[in-house]
Amino acid sequence: MRGTKALLGVGAVVPLLFLVVFFAWPVAAILGLGLSESGVGAVLADPQTWELVAFTLGQAAASTVVALLAGLPVAYLLARCAVRGRALVRLIVTIPFVLPTLVVGMAFRSTFGDGGVVAIVLANAFFNVAVVARTVGGLWANLDRRAEDAARALGASRWRAFTSVTLPALAPAIGSALAVVFLFCATSFGVVLVLGGSEYRTLETEIYLRTVQLLDLPGAAALSLLQLVAVVGALLVGAIARRKRETALALRSRTETARRPEGAEWIVVAAAVIVVVLLLLPVFSLISQSLSTRDGWSLAGYAALAGDAARSTLGVSGLDAALNSLRTAFDATLLAMVLGVLAAVVLSQLRRRRGRLAEAMDMALMLPLGVSAVTVGFGYLVTMDALPGDLRSSPILVPFAQALVVMPLIVRTVLPVLRAIDDRLRQAAATLGASPLRVWREVDLPFVGRSLLAAAGFGYVVALGEFGATSFLVRPDAPTLPVAISRLISRPGELNVQMAYASCVLLMIVTVAAVALIERVRVGTEALGEF
Amino acid sequence: MGLRLSTLNVHYGQTVAVSDVDLEIADGEVLALLGPSGCGKSTLLRAVAGLERAHSGTVQWDGADLADVPVHQRGFGLVFQDGQLFPHRDVAGNVAFGLRMRGADKKAQAERVAELLDLVGLPGYGSRRTTELSGGEQQRVALARALAPRPKLLLLDEPLSALDRALREQLAADLAVLLRRAGATALLVTHDHDEAFALADRIALMRKGKIVQTGTPEEVWHHPADPDIAAFFGRTKTTSAEPVRCPHCGSEVFKSPEPRLHPSLTTPNLPE
Repeated sequence: MRGTKALLGVGAVVPLLFLVVFFAWPVAAILGLGLSESGVGAVLADPQTWELVAFTLGQAAASTVVALLAGLPVAYLLARCAVRGRALVRLIVTIPFVLPTLVVGMAFRSTFGDGGVVAIVLANAFFNVAVVARTVGGLWANLDRRAEDAARALGASRWRAFTSVTLPALAPAIGSALAVVFLFCATSFGVVLVLGGSEYRTLETEIYLRTVQLLDLPGAAALSLLQLVAVVGALLVGAIARRKRETALALRSRTETARRPEGAEWIVVAAAVIVVVLLLLPVFSLISQSLSTRDGWSLAGYAALAGDAARSTLGVSGLDAALNSLRTAFDATLLAMVLGVLAAVVLSQLRRRRGRLAEAMDMALMLPLGVSAVTVGFGYLVTMDALPGDLRSSPILVPFAQALVVMPLIVRTVLPVLRAIDDRLRQAAATLGASPLRVWREVDLPFVGRSLLAAAGFGYVVALGEFGATSFLVRPDAPTLPVAISRLISRPGELNVQMAYASCVLLMIVTVAAVALIERVRVGTEALGEF
Repeated sequence: MGLRLSTLNVHYGQTVAVSDVDLEIADGEVLALLGPSGCGKSTLLRAVAGLERAHSGTVQWDGADLADVPVHQRGFGLVFQDGQLFPHRDVAGNVAFGLRMRGADKKAQAERVAELLDLVGLPGYGSRRTTELSGGEQQRVALARALAPRPKLLLLDEPLSALDRALREQLAADLAVLLRRAGATALLVTHDHDEAFALADRIALMRKGKIVQTGTPEEVWHHPADPDIAAFFGRTKTTSAEPVRCPHCGSEVFKSPEPRLHPSLTTPNLPE
């Protein structure tokens, strides 16, 4: 047992150290920088700040409601209906979630013309339908159908059975999904930046504007603090919802619960299909925009991206930017995998022994998802010169910042699987002579293997699309694709816009390919992860 | 020699799960730890396995203190109530697991696996998936897995409780024979006195973390040390509160009707 403790100690220290050095320190430095100059009070007293807060929370709430309404029918379809094409639906629904925010923003701009509030809300919802469908659908699929049948037998109508039996059982998953979606929408950066312009700003984009353009650090720091408070609040709600979910629910394996829909259930299926079609609209609009010019259909954008036109705007060709993206995302994923798996193992072990400590660590690991990526990126610039070998100009910082965003995804995917493994299985292995490390290799790894692969795939596409922190840290001569897109759309000229759309399509193709691969890997395994 | 526990205490936070237990199991002996659920018997077994840390007292094997020997180096076999077979390995892979951990070569592994599957009555089952097995078959495989690396001590945690009645009686009879044939030293934990009587050479009755009586199955059946133990055997109605003299040994005991002992206890004829 002493050996296990030492291993756990090491396992806990490495990810925590990473979080402290590459997350807490830079963020604290930015906050400190702001707080040391007495501008915070002024910012908090400014009515404009509160308008900003109101708009941020308002658009996040609206987006969350839309995502929930659109996501529930899809969750039902995925979980309960034995109909053809479910795998395809699952794939289509997942794509928006992993599309780079900037691409989503561009897709909606190509659909709605110039953006505005409606476009922002719809784009945020579009992005998050997958979270609702997957989180709620995952629980729904494993929910024992007999409770509903019992209610029906007692005289409840189908709707009554749903509202009085199924809905309460789903409440924990819905609560958890709402908290996550709200968090994503409140801190969404790329979407609001592209669609909001200078007119509609949220805390996240305002922090960006104040740090980058106005150099108003105290203001940015005050806003970061405000955002941090909101994020911790949302995380707490999510943690409480998760705790409730872990109380006993009658769970069945998923094959037993899916049936062919009948009667009024087809209406829900139809609604789900409409949602899926709507999800595809912006994607197709993006593709058509990338191919159409004033003179009709053409591949001009793609050709320019590969050639000298891109080099003159970006300093590198589109192909180089793409390769750079792939490489950086790979490094980030590898790093996040190592750290995330370590953290998940420690968390799964800790919960049995010290529930509180595990919960606190769980939340600490989720924080990077909610803290402004812009704050993190800028924090790196402020702090990293203190480390040996001045990392500020080093290309290594980009994968580090991206790993910070990917790690929570890995933890959230692997942890539920690890927790679902009966501890006595590990004990059986130990009594048969397996050392703690060997137990991990012989018991945990085979279970986690597939979901880990899926998590790595997701992590990879998220890293690929990361924009907020990357835009700060990337060297001018080696942009990633999302950074290249943002540079292209900020330049005038039809060809630049053309190239931006073409880059978006490229990024989308890579993303879709990765997601399709993940879905293949997941087939046959119980999707225990939350993403 | 064998296993010796001296004033062993195991705590869960404020709760004392095992309290001042002294117990010995001789080489080749099968001892059943019998008691109601929550009496601390499983905790005691886990402490012997090395899965719980003793608060005070010692666990010794052949005179050597095991406090600093981790689970995987104790060389004890453990069988859980519900098998806990590795679902990602087939039957042979499960049985061979302990041999693999000890670095046995492939050929030796295969021979030992075949030998064990014969012993538990599942010859030729090696390539089956564990999910294809019935509950009784799973328990047999779990037993084979635990026995394969020739453990010094076999720990059985309610090994038959998850099975239905007919299967339980069948497997209990088989297990009694099997344990003797393998010459195993075993510690069995159970709440079912039929199971204990059928399998054990000696029985230790446990209540609220303490061992309240030890003896052969006949001794504890005929001479329950107090009315609570008699009640635990389901003999409340006929037990008089007044102790009487035992006709065999002369000690004070509680009067009891004719016992309904398991056949394998009254006629311990083991086929060789």
